[in-house]
Amino acid sequence: MADGGTPEPAPLAAWDRVKLARHPQRPHALDYLRELTTNFVELHGDRVFGDDHALIGGLAAFDGCTVMVLAHQKGGNTKENIDRNFGMARPEGYRKAERLLRHAEKFRFPVIALIDTPGADVGVGSEERGQATAIAESLLTMADLRVPSIAVVIGEGGSGGALAIGVADRMLMLENAIYSVASPEASAAILWRDAARAPEAAATMRITAPDLLGFGVIDEIVPEPEPAHERPRATIQATGAAIARHLRELLAAYPLDDPAAVDRLREARYRRYRRLGVWRDEADQALRVGSAAS
Amino acid sequence: MREFFQRRGKFRPQPLDESGELQIPEDLWVKCPKCDEVIYSRELERNNRVCPKCSHHLRLRARARIALLSDPDSFTEWDRGIATEDPLEFVDGGGPYTDKLARTRAKSGEGEALVIGEAMLEGRPLVLAVSEFEFLGASMGSVFGEKLVRAIERAAERRLPLVTVSASGGARMHEGIFSLMQMAKTVAALARLGRAGAPHIALLTDPCYGGVSASYATVADIIMAEPGAIVGFAGPRVIEQVTRQKLPEGFQTAEFLLEHGAIDLVVRRDDLRATLTTLLDHYQRNAPPRPVEPLAAPVAVGERADG
Ligand SMILES: [Zn+2]
Repeated sequence: MADGGTPEPAPLAAWDRVKLARHPQRPHALDYLRELTTNFVELHGDRVFGDDHALIGGLAAFDGCTVMVLAHQKGGNTKENIDRNFGMARPEGYRKAERLLRHAEKFRFPVIALIDTPGADVGVGSEERGQATAIAESLLTMADLRVPSIAVVIGEGGSGGALAIGVADRMLMLENAIYSVASPEASAAILWRDAARAPEAAATMRITAPDLLGFGVIDEIVPEPEPAHERPRATIQATGAAIARHLRELLAAYPLDDPAAVDRLREARYRRYRRLGVWRDEADQALRVGSAAS
Repeated sequence: MREFFQRRGKFRPQPLDESGELQIPEDLWVKCPKCDEVIYSRELERNNRVCPKCSHHLRLRARARIALLSDPDSFTEWDRGIATEDPLEFVDGGGPYTDKLARTRAKSGEGEALVIGEAMLEGRPLVLAVSEFEFLGASMGSVFGEKLVRAIERAAERRLPLVTVSASGGARMHEGIFSLMQMAKTVAALARLGRAGAPHIALLTDPCYGGVSASYATVADIIMAEPGAIVGFAGPRVIEQVTRQKLPEGFQTAEFLLEHGAIDLVVRRDDLRATLTTLLDHYQRNAPPRPVEPLAAPVAVGERADG
């Protein structure tokens, strides 16, 4: 597999994609918001401890509709990156996300999440303030959300810190984005006790968009005929068009003003995640592959 | 996500039967990793692997845990027959994943890292899902997630309380993104359990990290931990490497979590049955009678029609 959805010529190696996904000039979440939405009002704070700058959220008008946006935000330079903690959210970031998800449910705003993080913050303070629970609670609220949701991996999708805002009705990925259970460096440290073997780990772990489409984890790849940092505007527009198309489909299938649609929506989302996994039921010898399940 | 290999913090006890240093000839005597007391192994087992001198809680295997939390012969195991696949065709420094699985099965005597089923505790019905740390650090992959979801769905159908017991290094690396997705899948199932009105009581045991501590294990109505258990998102060694900071005394222990408001209770192993029984009664006392028929048909994907 591994070439579904990629354009000619030869598909890029996984490590090339990692480098593109992390390219400092690659457009970040706020670039998308500026280009694709109007009337963006950023909403701040978890109401408990602080405001995380690595995970932002707020209301925006998109495609004629008000949506709740959640996004990891990386910086464009060192100073910004220190302020944004390189896009690695702390517990207050996930608690803010959880708060805004409930807000979205209350006012029936569809949710759009832009994923771009190396992973959740690792540190003493994050542990003291309950990083694990903060992520878990965000997962729970998103899994059971009463409004439609779309998540897009625009750069790096790093493990639980990415998934925390990535349990959605539609899951998209940019062609040169990556999504993994652990970063290539962490994977290499575990697999070969040698972080320098990250390029090898990137291939072993199957983290590219074509891999994930084949696994049935994502629904669609947004093509990058040229890498996003070379043509940011075209990439952002293509991403916006894909999000708008999925949003219209979801709103047609699950109208916001139809109370009965909520249960159907949650049921469909449950089935989407329920099938993910690969196992063999020895009682009936049937191989269950997530993407192949009915 | 965070991985069990990196979890070997200096204050974390190693299983006694894994380390030559701690083992006394013929396994008759065991040295407590905390206080160095030499204990007659049969006495240690009789004491549910709690050191009689310093009360240090040594790791308990899944089957012993189930025996501790159920009435004699009341446990019915579910879905032993779900077997692990190798979707990534994964090979690392230790060789192919499939070989590793075969070795782990032989060594641990378990088919996978989670044991599920129903049981009675002091005559009260419950659903149990207990992780087995001896099976690849009880890392959560597709089979772990699928078994847990089946246990949750059956608990929801019959409105039975769910008790999960978790020690885990986190998500299983060898199954890549599928392991990450088990976090979403198990939590989504717990949302439905909550709507069915059945409680989830989670017991965190040593050690519990990453993809497990950041998903189903902390999406619970009651979160308990055993004394001294080390629980967190990232492992202590990773945090030290990243932050170049010395970790505070007692960092990530159950007592630390209690102090920081992350868990409801620290429960000693010899109080566990009594505490659970009291809690089960609270959740049943005001509840309507349990359905004779299941509340809802199970979700059919990958599901056999047995109960
Ligand atoms: Zn002792």
